[in-house]
Amino acid sequence: MGAALKRAITQHGTKLIVSDPRKIDIVRFADVWLRAQPGTDVIWINALAHVILRDGLHDREYIDERTEGFTAYSQSLAQFTPEYAEKMCGIPVVDLEKAAHLYAKGKSAILYCMGITQHVSGTDNVKALANLAMLCGNIGIEGGGLNPLRGQNNVQGACDMGALPVTYPAYGKVTDETVRARFEAAWSVTLSPNNGLTSRQMFDAVDAGTLQSMYLIGENPVVSHADSAHAVHCLEKIPFLIVQDIFLTETAKLADVVLPAACFAEKNGTFSNTERRVQRVRKAVNPPQGARDDAQIVCDIAAQMGAVLAPEGGTNAEAIFNEMTSVTPSYAGLSYKRIEKNGIQWPCPDEKSDGTSILHADNFVRGKGKFHPVSYVAPAEVVDETYPLILTTGRVLYQYHTGTMTRKATELATKSPAAYIEISSNDAKKYGMKDGDMAKVSSRRGTIRVTVKLSEKAVDGTVFIPFHFAEAAANVLTNSAECPESGIAEVKVCAVNIEPVGD
Amino acid sequence: MNTLELTINGKVYAFTQGETILDVARRNDIFIPTLCYLKNASPTGACRMCVVEVKGARSLVASCTAPAGAGMDVQTESKSVVKSRKMNLELLLSSGSHDCLLCPSTGDCRLQDLAFRYNATGKRFERTKPKYQPDFSNPFLIRDFSKCILCGRCVQACKEVQVNNAIDYGYRGSDAKIIAKCDLPLGDSDCVFCGECLQVCPVGALSLKKARQKPRVCETEVVRTTCAYCGVGCQMNLHVKDNVVQMVNGVDAIPNHGSLCVKGRFGMQFINSDERLKTPLIRKNGELVAAEWGEALSLIAEKLGEYKEKNGADSIGVLASARCTNEENYLFQKFARAVIGTNNVDHCARY
Repeated sequence: MGAALKRAITQHGTKLIVSDPRKIDIVRFADVWLRAQPGTDVIWINALAHVILRDGLHDREYIDERTEGFTAYSQSLAQFTPEYAEKMCGIPVVDLEKAAHLYAKGKSAILYCMGITQHVSGTDNVKALANLAMLCGNIGIEGGGLNPLRGQNNVQGACDMGALPVTYPAYGKVTDETVRARFEAAWSVTLSPNNGLTSRQMFDAVDAGTLQSMYLIGENPVVSHADSAHAVHCLEKIPFLIVQDIFLTETAKLADVVLPAACFAEKNGTFSNTERRVQRVRKAVNPPQGARDDAQIVCDIAAQMGAVLAPEGGTNAEAIFNEMTSVTPSYAGLSYKRIEKNGIQWPCPDEKSDGTSILHADNFVRGKGKFHPVSYVAPAEVVDETYPLILTTGRVLYQYHTGTMTRKATELATKSPAAYIEISSNDAKKYGMKDGDMAKVSSRRGTIRVTVKLSEKAVDGTVFIPFHFAEAAANVLTNSAECPESGIAEVKVCAVNIEPVGD
Repeated sequence: MNTLELTINGKVYAFTQGETILDVARRNDIFIPTLCYLKNASPTGACRMCVVEVKGARSLVASCTAPAGAGMDVQTESKSVVKSRKMNLELLLSSGSHDCLLCPSTGDCRLQDLAFRYNATGKRFERTKPKYQPDFSNPFLIRDFSKCILCGRCVQACKEVQVNNAIDYGYRGSDAKIIAKCDLPLGDSDCVFCGECLQVCPVGALSLKKARQKPRVCETEVVRTTCAYCGVGCQMNLHVKDNVVQMVNGVDAIPNHGSLCVKGRFGMQFINSDERLKTPLIRKNGELVAAEWGEALSLIAEKLGEYKEKNGADSIGVLASARCTNEENYLFQKFARAVIGTNNVDHCARY
């Protein structure tokens, strides 16, 4: 993805605006770097829209024909002047204006990732970007759009499949009687009409004593959840915990039963990528003796409970796929045969359809694109005398998520062996540290020890720690305050203190 | 508008403005050998292996750079073409140490393939001694300059495909060498080890670090799949032998068109890790101890049944996985909803 972006810039004249609290590598390719104070995204996004509207660069025809709610939205932008944004976000007015003009000129795409979503204002941030894109007529066209880059291989697919507490496969709501009746008929059961709990709410329910058993598959919340001490507390407290994984992860160590699963190279199936492309996964090797396919395991558990979950005991991935497509309208036209060579992007409603590469092309899914006025909500935690630095967390190129897979590769470990705190040279001096020192980093929730890394990527006042390393887990420090709409935790902003570690 | 046409080996083919002779040939499955040509990068015409004879032209023409012209009469394997290619191959084989017997790329080497095809023996000219020592400085790959034919595919892959600009040509004339930064070892340069260079190297100049301890590419079985790391969904070929994924290459298809990142290419050791779980574990007296599948499954069914009976289905939660397939996630949520009877099902999307 990064390479495609760099090719577009260096070979096809594409202009790049980067917004990141760190001076990340891609900034070298950018025309403008919008360096916002972490947690102030709504302000600078709205300020771009303000400038576009002020300078008459918006797409009037598109707004009139394809959207609604524009008047209220445009009024809501009045306060978001570039001067206000400069004061609040620390981005110079001239850069905001340059970025606004670049974005509004011709077709423009927005790519975003967890830096936008993992905030208490996560949903607002996305809405603000959607507003901006509609303002310039950039939704539903090739080369435009609002494109989330999924952080994991099959987040898209897991959502599509209804591995969410409020929706069935293809996003029909569990509270919708008609949809529910369809699934009740397909599965020959009576289904619960109540919304379920999100992952985060499940942990709270454990703490409250109402959730007593959890079946946790291929996830390592001890390292990946915000405020990991709370996650550990809940996992220790839960009366019965089943963990299904390929390794004895930090989370699996807390389980009552651990089930050994097969990894992606050991099974057949499909993943749906970030652009909704459903692609084949093929078995290349056998799992270690004793480990089993995840589908087979869940079917075996169901069988022990007296239920038939899938045809052929879950051993035939294609048969499961076919059952799934029969109840998933957006996947209905897909088959293994059709995606044998190249994947197909859903919606693919029938066999005549070649899939859909661009959503909302003629009409928005809901009819008209709706502008949502968005106001600024400050991060849940701000700096003070005790915790004077902002911590933001993320990944490094050579590691992946909680490191359960990548940290088994010795080659990768030579490039990225351990956790570190990335800090500016000014801040290092201020707190009495030099490159390579050990530092104690504390937040209101915990303390970790990491190596100090002076870097030009760091901006004064903001530090960064990658979250891959269980032995110095950044999420010991992060804040679990969450976005009320999506339930995502604010791991991108919390307040920390840093001290040298004495000999 | 008149249709643009040219003749290749006596047959007439249509082409569009901007296509090279090589493009037209490839599109029509006509074989023209190449060494330096790299799809999706600007052609350099460096290796002269793709030369063809164009009627009326003063000399042989590099088909990768020559635009197709209306009325051209092209021969791809004429006597003079074959002679030129053979001479080229003899020169390449005489420079450096192309010892196929001990080369990890044997059986997967374009120079070797073409030497066979054009009967080049490597004995026509005296061999020059290698000028540069191999670079073992990084954990991912070996750079053996004695096998490098200076085709420049690695440079193009790094500059034009991955846009990392870590390597380039260095020095002049017979001293020419592919260098990183100011001729630093790769491990000390700006290289991010995506391995695109390794994948495009047509000979054995770039090889996997442990290539000599591994099976050769030509011994492996290839299985195409989708990468399990991030959400891009790169298409990759897993090269398998003895139930082990020995190496990984990108597939020239949507969405990655052959490219992979360092994790996809070099991060698959976990599959065959000794630390993989091989048996169910059950906590007994505070310790996790190995158990039979039957015992583990019965215990789970019994406990889940008990909680459902006593405290209701909503006392149970299922966390499915964005690491698992669609088929599996479909079953996980179906299990939660249809077997347990709760909508308490979620996965790691937010983390």
